[in-house]
Amino acid sequence: MNVGRHANKVKDSVAAALEGVADGATIAVGGFGLCGNPEALIRGVVECGAKNLHIVSNNAGNMGKGLAQWLKAGIVGRVTCSYVGNNEDLQRMMKSGEVAVTLVPQGTLVERLRAAGAGIAGFYTPTGVGTVVAEGKEVKEFHGKEYLLEEALPVDFALLRARRADSFGNLRFWRTAQNYMPIMATAAETAIAEVEELVPLGGIDPDDVHLPGIFVHRMAVVAEHEDPFEYKTSRKRD
Amino acid sequence: MAFTREQIAERAAREIPSGCVVNLGIGLPTLVASYLRDDQEVWLHSENGLLGTGPFPYEGEEDPQIINAGKQTVTILPGGSCFDSALSFSMIRGGHIDVAFLGAMQVSMTGDLANWSIPGGKTMGIGGAMDLSSGCRQVIALTTHQSKKGEPKLVSECTFPLTAKGVVSRVITDLAVLDVAQDGFRLVELGPKVTQAELEAATGAPILAPKV
Repeated sequence: MNVGRHANKVKDSVAAALEGVADGATIAVGGFGLCGNPEALIRGVVECGAKNLHIVSNNAGNMGKGLAQWLKAGIVGRVTCSYVGNNEDLQRMMKSGEVAVTLVPQGTLVERLRAAGAGIAGFYTPTGVGTVVAEGKEVKEFHGKEYLLEEALPVDFALLRARRADSFGNLRFWRTAQNYMPIMATAAETAIAEVEELVPLGGIDPDDVHLPGIFVHRMAVVAEHEDPFEYKTSRKRD
Repeated sequence: MAFTREQIAERAAREIPSGCVVNLGIGLPTLVASYLRDDQEVWLHSENGLLGTGPFPYEGEEDPQIINAGKQTVTILPGGSCFDSALSFSMIRGGHIDVAFLGAMQVSMTGDLANWSIPGGKTMGIGGAMDLSSGCRQVIALTTHQSKKGEPKLVSECTFPLTAKGVVSRVITDLAVLDVAQDGFRLVELGPKVTQAELEAATGAPILAPKV
């Protein structure tokens, strides 16, 4: 009997969930800075041996953590991101030319992913008009205002982290760890989630599902996450 | 004498009408949050996916998954909400954010903003700056009046790579509050003990007399 894409999604290990990740793959990785990164899947990709990867992510790691592990391992050929910041690994490799970096405005990056997932080839946005971002792109006027054409950004894989999942792959995220996760899943041929908690079907109320299981293809249960702080700020009690 | 960083932030907070949604950029604009009054009913938006951003958490209560756009741990106020990045930038590009306070490397007298890259300098990236500056209803730049090298940041025309064209309406610096007026910057308010001559010497564009 043939088995469809929506059976047996829960895998025994991170390595099994990452099967098929190969050289040259375009991989979108959820997270904003170090917040909500799928740390177990990120480590799993280093271990799987794939090289010359194309990262699509807001930041590509920082402080040696998150996707900086891929950069350090020398398995990245290209990065499409919105912000480099003080990511020393990416700064160094961008300068030396080891890694080709394309900077995309944050809203354009997520909308290009959203378009890919929604079957839309491109869209006109006001963001970047009159800047280097517009170079080589069509600019068109609508109702007296200029917009530029941006194309959809489909990816081979999306790596996600979720707080809770059921066996169909309905996901819930936690607070600002949601960020790019659901949109990247829609843009991916194969979306893989590491989930903190797996509940039976019906364990998530239909109205409370953040990302419907149709967009999630494989899962691995990772109960204990590394959860690094990027900038731990606090106030004292009065 | 001039406005301190804290006074710039305090002055900026006074610009916000009650009942607004506001986005604060990284750096100096972040300080504005400390000067909002409780009765001002301002909702702070963080572009990573949070509306209703609260103050820093108490020591020991930090959650690495509750952060602002500067990746600092924050809290969520009652009535706050979390959402994905696409919805967050619909709020921005769709004109749903009332005011954005953004840092600046250069602002031109026609409202062009340059705040993401200095030629020859370290490339930090674009982040949400281009979306915020072209999408929010009002963009106010908060910046020192001159660079660390003493060069004017308020200029006739930007020479640094642009973030967006014709978007800034007001600039609050350590020396003055000024409005973008196409053929110059119109003086709104001088900083404490700053003279007109000092302001003119520190500005790379004409200073126009205040509206009477």
